[in-house]
Amino acid sequence: MAQMTMIQAITDALRTELKNDENVLVFGEDVGKNGGVFRATENLQKEFGEDRVFDTPLAESGIGGIAIGLGLQGFRPVPEIQFFGFLFEVMDSVAGQMSRMRYRSGGRYNSPITIRSPFGGGVHTPEMHADSLEGLMAQTPGLKVVIPSSPYDAKGLLISSIRDNDPVIFLEHMKLYRSFREDVPEEEYTIPLGVASVKREGKDLSIITYGAMVQESIKAAEELEKEGHSVEVIDLRTISPLDIDTIIASVEKTGRAIVVQEAQKQAGIAANVVAEINDRAILSLDAPVLRVTAADTVFAFSQAEPVWLPNYKDVMETAKKVLNF
Amino acid sequence: MASKVNQANFDVKKQFETVEEQFQTLQILNEEGEIVNEAAMPELTDEQLQELMRRMVYTRILDQRSISLNRQGRLGFYAPTAGQEASQLASQFALEKEDFILPGYRDVPQLIWHGLPLSQAFLFSRGHFKGNQIPEGVNVISPQIIIGAQYVQAAGVALGMKKRGTKAVAITYTGDGGTSQGDFYEGINFAGAFKAPAIFIIQNNRFAISTPVDKQSASKTLAQKAVAAGIPGVVVDGMDPLAVYKAVKDARERAINGEGPTLIETLTYRYGPHTMAGDDPTRYRTSDLDNEWELKDPLVRFRKFLEAKGLWNEEKENETIEKAKEDIKEAIKVADAEPKQTVTDLISNMFEEMPSNLKEQYEIYKEKESK
Repeated sequence: MAQMTMIQAITDALRTELKNDENVLVFGEDVGKNGGVFRATENLQKEFGEDRVFDTPLAESGIGGIAIGLGLQGFRPVPEIQFFGFLFEVMDSVAGQMSRMRYRSGGRYNSPITIRSPFGGGVHTPEMHADSLEGLMAQTPGLKVVIPSSPYDAKGLLISSIRDNDPVIFLEHMKLYRSFREDVPEEEYTIPLGVASVKREGKDLSIITYGAMVQESIKAAEELEKEGHSVEVIDLRTISPLDIDTIIASVEKTGRAIVVQEAQKQAGIAANVVAEINDRAILSLDAPVLRVTAADTVFAFSQAEPVWLPNYKDVMETAKKVLNF
Repeated sequence: MASKVNQANFDVKKQFETVEEQFQTLQILNEEGEIVNEAAMPELTDEQLQELMRRMVYTRILDQRSISLNRQGRLGFYAPTAGQEASQLASQFALEKEDFILPGYRDVPQLIWHGLPLSQAFLFSRGHFKGNQIPEGVNVISPQIIIGAQYVQAAGVALGMKKRGTKAVAITYTGDGGTSQGDFYEGINFAGAFKAPAIFIIQNNRFAISTPVDKQSASKTLAQKAVAAGIPGVVVDGMDPLAVYKAVKDARERAINGEGPTLIETLTYRYGPHTMAGDDPTRYRTSDLDNEWELKDPLVRFRKFLEAKGLWNEEKENETIEKAKEDIKEAIKVADAEPKQTVTDLISNMFEEMPSNLKEQYEIYKEKESK
């Protein structure tokens, strides 16, 4: 067992699948010789050659388009979109094309594509380099949207995503890339898509969250524990499709819930989770389900980020409202 | 003076003249059905020449019948093809079965001649997913609706062929308007950078719905856009089946020999409206222009050419027309026999494995649709 950061775990997953399946291709802007701007593809071109790991011209729509074409030729493309704020440039390929391939062709063709991309904020990037656009993806039928919160999960989820025969948007929170290490097995393993993880068990309140907010939520839960509250933390891991069973089982147990997301409030994942709870477990609730989110503005410039991004204190504040309702 | 120095170093006029000189229109068969460029004449047997004529006549009938079936409410979305037979069919005629076609919305005839059953073309028109369920061994994908998206995908299919080492090409089609899209450039540029075996066709029929080609670009020809991507570009008389065939055949040779992609602009014209959904060409085209282009008709000139060689006559023409009509009748019957598409069909085709939310919704629609 090795101690790995999330970025190392991602490289390890890519290496594992490049080895396992000769149809896996890794490509994008600067992923070859340079090993990616975050070094996610470090040394992979050296190990697997320019035919399998290659740099593309600088055009996101082109990257999405060749991924679809390569998929039609039986390859298993793993393109990188250098920063997820560049998603808008490849939106047709993602939302208009690969997500519809299976349905449009009546199952004759599919897009076994995993788009990897760094997202989220808190690392003081220029505009459009930090963004929370996962809601756009989760609202697109035909895509799966996966967001790991730890190195261990990143490896297992990325391997599952690459092996999936439908398109997966795999979002890597930039702040988590090197923020901590944990034990990651060197051998291959998978974590099923669409299955949430109970990070911490509790009896009084469920915190449902994903991505970088998992760490903030755990920290808040630990603080609340000191004040005598037993708090459960659920990491969704896949935001589309949602693991509704795990969410509902937790809420039925605790009777209270909050949903935490780094993204803006309007029409987000948190709203969807709240709606599912209302649909299925409203009679189990002892308090309204509240949300912790960023404000409904464009993503904050870096100077405003520390206040704009939700943190464990915001989580605690909202948790107390629900606990004391 | 600064401006004079600039003039001496950078002669804008000369730059464009030099480019435009290289983009002369290739014509082999003129409007009178005479060979005007013997040197460029492709190698085609008499049987092949007859087959190409047969396909053009057949497709003209298919177009006429499709329009009337649409008017009777028996077909849905339909984009008329008359006028573009040489551009569409002679380009497909230059392909091999293993070549992969990524069509635009008007390019259904190429799919049919590449192996798509006519009944499926009708189901596509009617908005049934079975129309797009391409049979195994037929190397096409259903028509692209987003203008230009097929260009970037074609670059990917071609790159895949190169990686697999298959001796085949990806061929894709767009119109004059399509060349204004970013994906047009990204497609030809990616294919050029990867030296991928792709053929990019621009069917320049002068109008993107109503917008004339001179409003699309300052570029004198559309084929010269290839220069920016560093790939060869060719302009051909798109009403001349021999010129279209020759240009595509040459491009295919280059592609499978590892020499990369080619951009081909076919100068053509659609006689009908953009689609059957209410477009009125009299709002943007004059009848003079229509008449001028009808004189260039691909069927007329090819018929003259073949009749002079003793390869075509009224009997063959009528046989072809009758065969087309019979096939269409039969295909409509097959399409009619297909059960209506259901929402449960749609839900089942979203993912390989149905996620829990869709499983729930599947049950709801199964119940609704069983009533």
